[in-house]
Amino acid sequence: MKQAYAWSAIAAIVLASTTGDVLLSRAMKQVGDVGELWRQSGLWTVIGRMLRNPSFLLGVLAMTAAFYSLLFGLSWGDVSLIAPASASLTFVTNAIAAKIFLHERVDHRRWMAALMVAGGVVLLAA
Amino acid sequence: MTFRKYLVLASVTLCASIGDSLLSRGMKQVGNISLSHLHDLILAVLNPSVALGILLLLGFFASYMTALSWADLTYVLPATSLGYVLLTLIAKFYLHEQVTTSRWIGVLLISAGVGFVTQGPALTQPPHEEFKTASAGKRP
Repeated sequence: MKQAYAWSAIAAIVLASTTGDVLLSRAMKQVGDVGELWRQSGLWTVIGRMLRNPSFLLGVLAMTAAFYSLLFGLSWGDVSLIAPASASLTFVTNAIAAKIFLHERVDHRRWMAALMVAGGVVLLAA
Repeated sequence: MTFRKYLVLASVTLCASIGDSLLSRGMKQVGNISLSHLHDLILAVLNPSVALGILLLLGFFASYMTALSWADLTYVLPATSLGYVLLTLIAKFYLHEQVTTSRWIGVLLISAGVGFVTQGPALTQPPHEEFKTASAGKRP
């Protein structure tokens, strides 16, 4: 039963964090370069633009769901299973989602990087 | 990529790995949380390790948002995965833990993955920008 809870938490973490990452990435591209915007218009302008962006707010909501799924998962399963399994799966699902929803150019170099990091994370937990 | 931008990526890496470690320690102190006592999950933030972990994760969030404002998601995520390598090196040389061969291979894979992605451009250019760049390059 503990294992079932742990893997449910992993699935929830992967789904919520991928949704959150994609929404936040879209929002921050719409906000613009934070460093430049901060220098030109001040910190409050940056914060105001972020908080008025619907993608940002939905992204934070999805990340909150991922965070509580992580806390829930950590209380049931070992960190050596929950953290690497959810992290490595998230690398792969993010690459797929970024290509489909953000139209990022995920070339061979980026696929290799995502798969190598995902594989590396699994080996670290072995 | 400027030095400032590399500092932002380093901040993402450090805050995430240290924050996660603190959260893990805190949740082990809190103990198992059952579905019938979900309010315990909210009270868990009163644990000092969980609270400090959350503070560091806020630092992670600020630097992560900054990085996403000028780089692709598929660049930022692998580029900031060196935290796993860092934790292994701390385990080996600071905590004197046994690090197996498969873990060292994992460290090598992650480092190679980070090397791969950071060699390329950080941001996908819109198609018309790419065309302009290519056309400018062809001019004598």
